[in-house]
Amino acid sequence: MELQAVLMAAGGGSRMMDLTYNTRKPLLPVGNKPLIWYPLNLLERVGFEEVIVITTKEVQKMISTDPKMKLDVKMKLDIVCIQEDADMGTADALRHIQQKIKTDILVVSCDLITDAALHEVVDLFRAHNATLSMLMSKAHEFTETVPGQKGKKKTGEQRDFVGVDGTGKRLLFMANEADLDKGLVIRKSIMRKLPRMHIKTGLVDAHLYCLKKSVVDFLADNKSVSSIRGELVPYLVRKQFSKSMTSPNVNDEADQKLKKKDGNANLEIQILSRDEVLLQLTRERSCWNDHRGDMSEAYHGVRLRCYVHIMDEGMCYRVNTLAAYIEANRLAPKLFDEPAVHPSAAISVRCLIGADSIIGASCQISDKASIKRSMIGASTTVREKVKVTNSIIMHGVTIEEGCNIQGSVICSNTVIGRGADIKYCLVGSAQRIEPEAERTNEVIVGTDQLMEI
Amino acid sequence: MADCGEPDGPGNKDDITRSKNEGKELSKEEKQRLRKQKKQQKKQKERKNEKSETEKEKTPVSLLPPPRPVATQKAPSALPAPASAPIPVPASAPFHSSPAPSPADKPAKSKAELKAERRARQETDRAAKQPGSSSSGIKTKVPLSELNPVVKRLPEHVQVDDPAVVKRLAKKLERQQIPLRSDYGYKVSLFSHLHQYSRKAPLTQQLSIPSTVIHPSIVRLGLQYSQGIVAGSNARSVALLHAFKQVIRDYTTPPNEELSRDLVNKLKPYISFLNQCRPLSASMGNAIKYIKKEISNIPSQCKEEEAKTKLLTCIDRYIEEKIVLAAKAISKYAIEKISDGDVILVYGCSSLVNNILCEAFEKSRKFRVIVVDSRPRLEGREALRRLVQRGISCTYVLISALSYILPEVSKVFLGAHALLANGYVMSRVGTSQIALVARTFNVPVLVCCETYKFCEKVQTDSFVSNELDDPDDLMVTRKGKTQLENWQDVSSLGLLNLVYDVTPPDFVDLVITDLGMIPCTSVPVVLRVKNLDQ
Repeated sequence: MELQAVLMAAGGGSRMMDLTYNTRKPLLPVGNKPLIWYPLNLLERVGFEEVIVITTKEVQKMISTDPKMKLDVKMKLDIVCIQEDADMGTADALRHIQQKIKTDILVVSCDLITDAALHEVVDLFRAHNATLSMLMSKAHEFTETVPGQKGKKKTGEQRDFVGVDGTGKRLLFMANEADLDKGLVIRKSIMRKLPRMHIKTGLVDAHLYCLKKSVVDFLADNKSVSSIRGELVPYLVRKQFSKSMTSPNVNDEADQKLKKKDGNANLEIQILSRDEVLLQLTRERSCWNDHRGDMSEAYHGVRLRCYVHIMDEGMCYRVNTLAAYIEANRLAPKLFDEPAVHPSAAISVRCLIGADSIIGASCQISDKASIKRSMIGASTTVREKVKVTNSIIMHGVTIEEGCNIQGSVICSNTVIGRGADIKYCLVGSAQRIEPEAERTNEVIVGTDQLMEI
Repeated sequence: MADCGEPDGPGNKDDITRSKNEGKELSKEEKQRLRKQKKQQKKQKERKNEKSETEKEKTPVSLLPPPRPVATQKAPSALPAPASAPIPVPASAPFHSSPAPSPADKPAKSKAELKAERRARQETDRAAKQPGSSSSGIKTKVPLSELNPVVKRLPEHVQVDDPAVVKRLAKKLERQQIPLRSDYGYKVSLFSHLHQYSRKAPLTQQLSIPSTVIHPSIVRLGLQYSQGIVAGSNARSVALLHAFKQVIRDYTTPPNEELSRDLVNKLKPYISFLNQCRPLSASMGNAIKYIKKEISNIPSQCKEEEAKTKLLTCIDRYIEEKIVLAAKAISKYAIEKISDGDVILVYGCSSLVNNILCEAFEKSRKFRVIVVDSRPRLEGREALRRLVQRGISCTYVLISALSYILPEVSKVFLGAHALLANGYVMSRVGTSQIALVARTFNVPVLVCCETYKFCEKVQTDSFVSNELDDPDDLMVTRKGKTQLENWQDVSSLGLLNLVYDVTPPDFVDLVITDLGMIPCTSVPVVLRVKNLDQ
């Protein structure tokens, strides 16, 4: 087998607690499908037959009972549960399943919605025999107004600095603004080998990584690494150009024995493979070099290589903030061509449903309702003369007559009273909005959630 | 068809000649009668001639292995068919002499046999017309059954403009579950019979990502070929054998199959896949032939583990003998030819020639090197880097400066992709140019080539069988502008990126192989010796 897929679905959605305090992040509906469906669909389209899903018990229960998941997802899901409060990072989770991993892995995050051509990422991994290969995309500005934002523009998220070489494929430098004290520090060894580096900041990390099996073994030995994105990836990128990595002799046993003491060096030993002699012969005889202008051989003799594929066009969203969630809802329907209106929805004749709206299963839409650019979840009841514009309504919501909902997110099992006027609000789960209420730009959640900080 | 004048069955002939003279079309019965008469006449003639012809019948067959026909592509497809038919017939001809009674009494002969006999007679007539050069020809005692495979069909990869062939290839790939790679861009008309692929559309687009049909190391290898990461005849063969080693390691015999037969069948789709990624080189073809032979020679009672280790050691030995040790032997011979004060010209990046020069430098020969390079590959830069790294003093020119630099040169060393059976050298495009200009300047040209790259193809020009690389490689960006960016929109513009060309043996003075230093025209001898060995 070539690659094993691992889906990380144990995250809590810490940046959108208002949405996720009742529904776990992997099950948030986007375009009336649970969020976890999108990466699973991506893997299935590409040709995977089995996926290892790391998630919590709650989510596992929901997945096994949800009919949509059972129908649409034909792959075999190997679900591994971890404790919710164990506070495991992604790398810790990989260490947890180390026994199941037999070959190189493809790690995907559950909040990734993309139509990227995965073969580009995997081709880099295969062709250059890379240790790490990842996917990034040019960030798009979010244009929709986010409900519950008190005016001002959002605090700029910490930027990522990504340095690539001239071809735009080899990853040379990666750091987050938070880790840099005063300025960007670039090692001289990198500059000597690759004097031309392009540094990009407007990129979104898709959290899709192809990792060699030796990295997983390395993680098992080094228990201090807990997050893939936060710690492992920058470590690997830095390690490319560290002194110990440049082509050691295969027969240098004394050198290897010394290095066994240093835990970090285990990675180097594990990269050596069988038939190294033949591969070296191939490299010697091949007249290819990945750079020119200096005296070194291909890849500068570096054994640990990290590659990145940067998507210029196409959709790539990580649904980890409210703004991203709304944007994703806008665009996700374009990914699949199911009919916008579910056949089991009971829609009366005199209602007006816009072309870019999606109506879920078993909905009841009554007369004179007007639904534009919105997402209506399953089993929702919309009574007469309701106007819903630019909103996201989740499952099991009841909207009484005469309501006007604009630019809002209404979570599941809520009841909106008659004549309510909700603009740019985020209504939490299982709430009741009293009739004739007028709310603008508010976050309405239950009082028991207010203490969670 | 000179039999029309002979006398035959009475009566009917008058009718036929009458209707012929009258210009009417012969009726069906009359035509059948004509045919029967001709057959009878031919049979009588055959019985007369066959005793004197039995010896001559063998020769037309041995004269038949036609050199790969160059100019006409349609004619050869007609040749192999009739050529294969007379072979079984001469063997059976002596047997026909015994049933002496007139064949006129046997109307119930099958049409196929009659056709075959007719063709045999045509061949014998043709042979009889040729001057008696047959006996001096190759008098090897090759059994008749082996003469069949000598006449080969044109390979599919040089018949891309023939839709029937393309359809056949598509069907074959579908059966093997391998995606078909589509051609890209406008092809220059002279080379429209060859494939032209784009590097931006890799074959892996159409494969599932954890590739199950094709072994992962083969997918990796195919990618490395198509992206040019593994380039150069030797590197490609070594990488191929390395990938095959991994395939053999991961192979398990299915329950009711034999390893010797099943493993060969498993390798066939992989080879098609690699062919789609990049056309196979001659050295790779020879390596594959060797492996297939080794696999099919495994005795059936051999256990799987034993068989696998045997195959793995075979592969290691092949690489060791044919590539590594051959390089050492060639260096030894070549160093004799390098004297102090020499100025050696090399072209592109040939791993063998670089090896020779590095070893010569280590043996303290004093020489300097001129590296000639050409677009779009610019492989000479890599050769330059390797030589300068060792300390050899080098000059670098582009091929357009060749005639300016040649007066300084004392020898030219060239590498080869393959050596063809008629002595032609197939190498990177530009090599024949160098050989030609060197010949006019009276500079000796030495080609270095291992024997495993000798192939039985015959070619006299670079058009019939070649490789077309991605035409977008010819685009170059200078000062931010790419002039050829929209070349596809210009209807009268075609970009041609050839990879190989053939050099005639008149321009090559010496070929240095691991068997010694031979003239170019002795290549068929080496091939024959190799075939007899095997």
